[in-house]
Amino acid sequence: MLRTFRIGGIHPPENKLSAGKKITVLAAPKQVVIPLGQHIGAPAQAVVQKGDAVKVGTLIAKAGGFVSANIHSSVSGKVNKIDNALDASGYKRPAIFIDVDGDEWEETIDRSDTLVKECSLSAKEIVAKIAQAGIVGMGGATFPTQVKLTPPPGNKADIIIINAVECEPYLTADHSLIMEKAEQILVGTTLLMKAVDVNRAVIGIENNKPDAIALLQKLAGNYKGIEIMPLKMKYPQGGEKQLIDAVANRQVKSGALPISEGAIVQNVGTVYAVYEAVQKNKPLFERVVTVTGKSVANPSNLLVRIGTPVSALIDAAGGIPEDTGKIINGGPMMGKALMSTDIPVTKGSSGILILTRKESERKPVNECIRCTKCIQVCPMGLNPTLLMNTTEFKNWELAEKNHITDCIECGSCVYTCPAYRPLLDYIRSGKGTVMNIIRTRKATK
Amino acid sequence: MILIAVILLGAIGAIGAIMLYAASKKFEVYEDPRISQVQEVLPGANCGGCGYPGCSGFATACVKADSLDGLLCPVGGMPVMSKVASVLGKEVSNLEPMVAVVRCNGTCEARPRINSYDGVKKCSIASTLYGGETGCSFGCLGFGDCEDACNFDAIHVNPATGLPEVDEDKCTSCGACVKACPKGIIELRKKGPKSRRIFVSCINKDKGAIARKACTNACIGCGKCAKECPFDAITVENNLAYIDFNKCRLCRKCVAVCPTGAIHEINFPPRKEVVADKVQPATPKAVTPTAPKTEVNAAAEATTPKITEETNQNKIQ
Repeated sequence: MLRTFRIGGIHPPENKLSAGKKITVLAAPKQVVIPLGQHIGAPAQAVVQKGDAVKVGTLIAKAGGFVSANIHSSVSGKVNKIDNALDASGYKRPAIFIDVDGDEWEETIDRSDTLVKECSLSAKEIVAKIAQAGIVGMGGATFPTQVKLTPPPGNKADIIIINAVECEPYLTADHSLIMEKAEQILVGTTLLMKAVDVNRAVIGIENNKPDAIALLQKLAGNYKGIEIMPLKMKYPQGGEKQLIDAVANRQVKSGALPISEGAIVQNVGTVYAVYEAVQKNKPLFERVVTVTGKSVANPSNLLVRIGTPVSALIDAAGGIPEDTGKIINGGPMMGKALMSTDIPVTKGSSGILILTRKESERKPVNECIRCTKCIQVCPMGLNPTLLMNTTEFKNWELAEKNHITDCIECGSCVYTCPAYRPLLDYIRSGKGTVMNIIRTRKATK
Repeated sequence: MILIAVILLGAIGAIGAIMLYAASKKFEVYEDPRISQVQEVLPGANCGGCGYPGCSGFATACVKADSLDGLLCPVGGMPVMSKVASVLGKEVSNLEPMVAVVRCNGTCEARPRINSYDGVKKCSIASTLYGGETGCSFGCLGFGDCEDACNFDAIHVNPATGLPEVDEDKCTSCGACVKACPKGIIELRKKGPKSRRIFVSCINKDKGAIARKACTNACIGCGKCAKECPFDAITVENNLAYIDFNKCRLCRKCVAVCPTGAIHEINFPPRKEVVADKVQPATPKAVTPTAPKTEVNAAAEATTPKITEETNQNKIQ
């Protein structure tokens, strides 16, 4: 019996159209727009000015706090301006515009393909290098990685879980990365084990990727302490708490961090970035992005420089199809529709999904029929319909009591609702309000 | 038998009455009778606009306070406050009546849509997702959270413009719409003498060219109004002009120089030039007009050179 998480979950159609496609390198565009806030936490502070010449890998913005990340240039050229630009949040926020000129990399970056296994650095030095490279969680949450690797005092990790689940339908960025960079990912895993001093790591991967499982299992024998664990397919297994439940059978309590159960979860994309940062001195300035959709001529996995406009990615996959209704940043379950194709790719963009007009249409909303399906599928054990009502009637006390802040916004409830009720729209808004209330209460105490 | 029952029950009743009387004397809670007197003169809407939990909370605060400074029932306004003052025998400070003002004039024509939103039709929810259907991420979303929040039927979204309009006769300046608007567009401003007031009807902080591209009625932060203002009432910060209603003396010079018509004047008599040019300009309504506004713009542009000439002459003299 394959393992999975205990409560809730759904199984939407996979539609992995770009599975098995090789990663194609997308050339740098004429201009990149690199947002200063592309991670959770404080936005980075720009350290370049208009007119400065930068190379690929040059530090252009420094972390603006403890929970923040460095940002490096993804191209070589000249800084055009620092100005507000529309990003995936749907709002205009500060970004650095760089005009591309040639492709000159920083000399310190090792551009060869050779696999470097040995690492003589200490745990602290590894974490410092990860912080320097500006690595953030690349599964989409974009939490700065060095913060995760520095547990608060009194907590000690005993297991590292590598998230290779990729439970979102359509997306294949992680899958393609495993197929091409399996050795590097395993080396990256050993680096992380060294960084937090644990001797057990588990790579959790859903069994809809048998080729990736076979490849990893073949190679993992050479690395001490790394186990490959195929998991039963179920969405949202890629959620941090769900994955810890599935792999280690530990339940992280409401409001607690995974480290409270001794677990640290990292995405495979992040692990590959860690390998490149520590062994190749390469900061995080490019990532694999899946461009997909049923109407897309050529669904593909592209290696893209951060700051490339989404339009360039879509052009590489065959252009915008005629009957396009929405362009989604991320997967169909958790992704968000983009306002414009000029919006740049950031560290957290795992996919660009193009939906046809018919696919993207919302069905008319009906009354709740009290079927409790949303409660059955909620992986956090919440009551979505109650939380929606508390938000609608602004009963924040009741919402907080019913753990609205535990919602991981996976969208399972909306997916399963036979009355097409916009449960998550309300809950997301209510969650924000309740979190603000809690924050102000803590601040006044 | 009947007599025994009557005596027995009578005795029990008497004992109970004595106990209740003793208890009521012993555990008596003194409540200032003036609180209920004050509460009687309050409107009883329990809107919370005063900042206290309902009318009884406000009445308690009025009784406890040493003076009525800073206490105002926005619904009742000055008439109610003077009644409260007479009940309590206190002085009431003369507070200016306020009114809610919608600081967005991005009508459907001025602000073209660049995408369409198909989620829940609520401003609070749409604003958590993105900046809105138009190129202006500061402007009104038009789903009417302010309308839902208003207890007095005083604010309504006009379907023709997509913008809320305040009925100033009904508006009590309780501030419910100000809190409900996730974009912070609505502001409480001085109602002004004869309800005349001037305000910048835009909160777009983008650079001029970007703001203008998104909305032809946007404030572009050019600063002409600030230069023109003789009373230093206008400040331009982050590409956006703001008129301090405590300094503004309603001279209307800023309205005339604004190149985009972002500064609105309300309840002023039409200018002479307007009467000469247009056949019949109706008396301006209390609410922000849309179609007539363009006329005002045209008039404003027409008057611009004249005013500058005059000021130049003044300077020379």
